[in-house]
Amino acid sequence: MSGTWITTRAWLLMLPLLVVMIAVIGWPLVDTVRLSFTDARLVGTEGTFVGFDNYAKMLGGSNFLRAFVTTTWFAVVSVTAEMVIGVLAALLLNQQFRGRTALRALMILPWALPTVVNATLWRLIYNPEYGALNAALTQIGLIDSYRSWLGEPGSALTALIIADCWKNFPLVALIALAALQAVPRDITAASLVDGAGPFNRFRYVIMPYLAGPLLVALVLRTIEAFKVFDLIWVMTRGGPANSTRTLSILVYQEAFSFQRAGSGASLALIVTLLVTVLAVAYAGLVRKAAGAS
Amino acid sequence: MLKSIRTTLLCATLAGVSFVGHAHAETTLNALFMAQAAYSEADVRAMTEAFTKANPDVKVNLEFVPYEGLHDKTVLAQGSGGGYDVVLFDVIWPAEYASNKVLVDVTDRITGEMKSGVLPGAWTTVEYDGKRYGMPWILDTKYLFYNKEILEKAGIKAPPKTWDELAEQAKVIKDKGLLATPIAWSWSQAEAAICDYTTLVSAYGGKFIDGGKPAFTSGGGLDALNYMVTSYSSGLTNPNSKEFLEEDVRKVFQNGEAAFALNWTYMYNLANDPKESKVAGKVGVVPAPGVAGKSEVSAVNGSMGLGITSTSKNPDEAWKYIVYMTSQQTQNAYAKLSLPIWASSYEDASVTKGQEELIGAAKLGLAAMYPRPTTPKYQELSTALQQAIQEALLGQASAEDALKTAAENSGL
Repeated sequence: MSGTWITTRAWLLMLPLLVVMIAVIGWPLVDTVRLSFTDARLVGTEGTFVGFDNYAKMLGGSNFLRAFVTTTWFAVVSVTAEMVIGVLAALLLNQQFRGRTALRALMILPWALPTVVNATLWRLIYNPEYGALNAALTQIGLIDSYRSWLGEPGSALTALIIADCWKNFPLVALIALAALQAVPRDITAASLVDGAGPFNRFRYVIMPYLAGPLLVALVLRTIEAFKVFDLIWVMTRGGPANSTRTLSILVYQEAFSFQRAGSGASLALIVTLLVTVLAVAYAGLVRKAAGAS
Repeated sequence: MLKSIRTTLLCATLAGVSFVGHAHAETTLNALFMAQAAYSEADVRAMTEAFTKANPDVKVNLEFVPYEGLHDKTVLAQGSGGGYDVVLFDVIWPAEYASNKVLVDVTDRITGEMKSGVLPGAWTTVEYDGKRYGMPWILDTKYLFYNKEILEKAGIKAPPKTWDELAEQAKVIKDKGLLATPIAWSWSQAEAAICDYTTLVSAYGGKFIDGGKPAFTSGGGLDALNYMVTSYSSGLTNPNSKEFLEEDVRKVFQNGEAAFALNWTYMYNLANDPKESKVAGKVGVVPAPGVAGKSEVSAVNGSMGLGITSTSKNPDEAWKYIVYMTSQQTQNAYAKLSLPIWASSYEDASVTKGQEELIGAAKLGLAAMYPRPTTPKYQELSTALQQAIQEALLGQASAEDALKTAAENSGL
């Protein structure tokens, strides 16, 4: 067995995977880059080379900046809330109490639902005429008349963030719970004996075990939240008055509704670049955390 | 490894061959429809079943998407090499579909009988640049529905003839404490809002495009939006209208929470159905009102047609299916859900029975149908206008400024 033969065989074994990867990721990406420099339409014309025109047009418009701010706000708020609620839920479910198993199973439910179903359910909850939320808030006296939650720019984005949290905090909770299960009982017992309060116990005993997995959850959720599309498309289609139009919706409209494949591709690549920057920055964080523990 | 790949490929090829072998026995058509209330999914399936009974050598696979997804799904399928033979299309798309070769020109397939039998106004649904790209299938416009009981209680003798009268009557109903917000519309950031806006534009004698340039920033286009804003800010319009689609309007009206509502034909028989509705038997319908000195009635062309895609390998069978779906016999059988495209059906007792009031309104409304702008850039224009309507309603901009912004973003 010579070294070269082993290397060759290794490549041969990898070949099917490589072919599939190039076919489903590599080639479309290259083609998208090519498209982004043309004025191609979705159907019909191949388009001609226009240099950086699309990029200039997309970045120069007020739509992009507004959608970027909307997307960032959506991602930061919903992911932060998901992390906090997720960890709290995990700490709760890590306690010994009756019905814990049932509650764990129940908690996974929102995350297991398809996003479109989740979005449709929340639309019903927020319904301005017959929604459960209006009924509940009126009954406990928090609001005096029914409100149009998805019809007001002031509340529509927050309403979407709540729907997103509801669906995605279980993922964080599951990851955190798995990490909590790994905390050795004798350490927590020892810290109790040493008289550490609940906050210090969390900070110095539990957190080191949680940090790594939580970072992974944070990376996954941020990237997903930044790309959010289906939830918003079903609930508000970017309205009212474009107050919930995120970058993905902008890409969709440009490429598919208006059929400008060229500028749609350039916008999609800009978004991809932004997400990649996020992912790389996070990966550095994760490595640091891994090194620290 | 390589050997196994070869075997797999061989198997796959053989499987493919056997597939092709089977497909010769009969033609399979793929058709894209929308999930809606007028011709429901069950109705379309029933019509299709009757067609396949008569034509056993043709099989039809049906797919249903909500209206909001219909355009993009059609275009995407086309962009990826086809998939559908027959597609349902809205009156606003022929311009774009013809320019991008999504639909085939069927002008020569249309017989003399069809030409003379179908209502003249219905043909505008499928026409662009003098050619026809399908058959009209759902003939529709928005009517003014009213709750007879509420109007009676308010002492109102007859439904409004003009938009100003509508506002006056709504104010009487509001002032008498019968309803806080008497009028319901579908003004969500969607095509539905453009249909309501177009109805008003037609009443005020406005124009969308003049000489290829946007013309809605003044005249009728501006009057129409100002009417919407005034109706909204004065509290005569249900404020939730700005997140309503047609189905929301129907629910509110059926619960007796609206005295007036603008909606399509399909609402008439559903709102009169005691199983569905609390206001059954009290539903009145008239053509949408006009504007004194400008128009008697107003109406938007909200019809839809069936066409053959340019990627279809079975255009003849596809046409056969379309002819069946749009035939007078089929249309008359389902006339309670959607009014027929055939002129003589309106004199047919079996069609008019039990919906004389609707037929009366339809005769005026359908004759006055006003088209939304026919331009290949329609989607951009519509998106820009939807935004303008919402901004003006929310008070983020004056109607005039909002429309000016829309004109800049319209792609025209």
